[in-house]
Amino acid sequence: MQFGIFTVSDVTTDPTTGRTPDDTERVRNMLTIAQHADQAGLDVFATGEHHNPPFVASSPTTLLGYLAGTTKNVVLSTSTTLITTNDPVKIAEDYAMLQVISDGRMDLMMGRGNTAPVYPWFGYDIRQGMPLAIEHYALLRRLWEEEVVDWEGKFRTPLQGFTATPRPLDGVPPFVWHGSIRSPEIAEQAAYYGDGFFHNNIFWPMHHTRRMVQYYRQRWEHHGHGPADTAIVGLGGQAFMRKNSQDAWNEFRPYFDNAPVYGHGPTMEDFTAATPLTVGSPQQVIERYAAMREDVGDYQRQLFLIDHAGLPLKTVLEQIDHLAEDVVPALRAEMEPKRPAHVPSDPPSHAERVAAKSAADNAAGA
Amino acid sequence: MQQRTLVAVSAGLGQPSSTRMLTDRLAQAAEAELGERGITAEIRTVELRDIAHDVLNTALTGFPAGQAQDVLEAVETADGLIAVSPLFNTTYTGLFKSFVDVLGGDALRGVPVLLGATGGTPRHSLALEYSMRPLFTYLHADVVTTSVFAATDDWAGQGDQVNPLPDRIRRAGAELAAVVAGREPRKRPDEFAEAPSFDQLLSDL
Repeated sequence: MQFGIFTVSDVTTDPTTGRTPDDTERVRNMLTIAQHADQAGLDVFATGEHHNPPFVASSPTTLLGYLAGTTKNVVLSTSTTLITTNDPVKIAEDYAMLQVISDGRMDLMMGRGNTAPVYPWFGYDIRQGMPLAIEHYALLRRLWEEEVVDWEGKFRTPLQGFTATPRPLDGVPPFVWHGSIRSPEIAEQAAYYGDGFFHNNIFWPMHHTRRMVQYYRQRWEHHGHGPADTAIVGLGGQAFMRKNSQDAWNEFRPYFDNAPVYGHGPTMEDFTAATPLTVGSPQQVIERYAAMREDVGDYQRQLFLIDHAGLPLKTVLEQIDHLAEDVVPALRAEMEPKRPAHVPSDPPSHAERVAAKSAADNAAGA
Repeated sequence: MQQRTLVAVSAGLGQPSSTRMLTDRLAQAAEAELGERGITAEIRTVELRDIAHDVLNTALTGFPAGQAQDVLEAVETADGLIAVSPLFNTTYTGLFKSFVDVLGGDALRGVPVLLGATGGTPRHSLALEYSMRPLFTYLHADVVTTSVFAATDDWAGQGDQVNPLPDRIRRAGAELAAVVAGREPRKRPDEFAEAPSFDQLLSDL
């Protein structure tokens, strides 16, 4: 199973010091965070994509391209890549380039984006978010899978004899996840293509996450990709840890109380009870996340949000150490023995996808 | 015996609350009339005051917080709604509007609704018509013709002598009951059962 971190790239004032990093510092901190995750042995670093302050992650493949050259093992991913407002041609090109540069050590997650003005800024209408996601992704797949593409759709100018370059590494496109919090349509899309489904449940009660994942798994089986329990599932998560649980509560509370999204809303007590946010000792994080499989089945990727709400870089790096040293080994030991043999531990790697493709090609040729 | 569920929402802030009193009486009137028609009414009464923090937290976080979840689900599956608010500064209270705002956009589409309001004097009574009714019309609710305003004097003998409060409550309850009785029980929406297949998604483009 893969464990990693994902960032929303917010520039937020540290409520305990009143200090706000500038964009340059925040971008460089994100690089440091990703590199530290790699060195600590976490499996995944994923970045969001935003086109409005206070977020700085407007150009994910630039960030991930640099990280491809400065990290060794961590899988580079997105959370999410905006399939609605980006040109699918540019996504095909940018992520094939990242795939080649990283030697296949990457994947990406499609998302629609819920910041209303981003749609008109890029020439679209948020009310067409769903059809945009369906059409753009269908084109993206063709651009990766077919050398020469003739295409005409509703949203983008037609293509005649178009070839997206570089061609995917070893002729195999990157693995794709689809992230959605509440749209069964996106779970259906992921299931149809045999892609991964990621539920970013960090602001949502678990019973909702359970329904969405269950639906994706049913549809995965319906579309002929194998038994429901072999579908590729990822979850969001959120934690703040100190050796001593009370220290974690005291230290995190001002960040929680002033955080974007949930700050000045529910109490930390209510929010930690209702959502996967876990504040406490590493052991408490282990117990909470070891139980996630009971709700969604054995899954393949768990990402944690740890660098938001103005937390200082040093604290974030300490959280990565807690995750890598205390939490992940214990979660693996707890969860892997319960996983049936036919259920994959990880999402498919590039090497596995190449092997699967050549097996399929051989079978077709034979 | 047939059964229908009604949710009665009171946005009164005081305790005890005359808004709650009006809510209860409207619910009893509807229940009695449904009973006449051989229908058992299961009535759930909600005081928004009790879930006020959860309503605001729902608005702030975007997911149903605490007890708000259960109440929102009850409204979203009810066969009829009785909605009663005090009138503050010409209109329903902020808490009442916050609650309506966190209901799903389609939660009240086609749902029979009876409106009530309370205020100090009858001079405010038309707020029901120019303020509350358009809100529910916007939500495509099926609002019954009679809405009931109770001024402080209506709770004693000094109120309207020609068309006294109990008569108005009875008429409004009967109207709601007639509409509810004429409908099939509302089906619990299942977004997963109704989710389109991928072929439909493609053909919808």
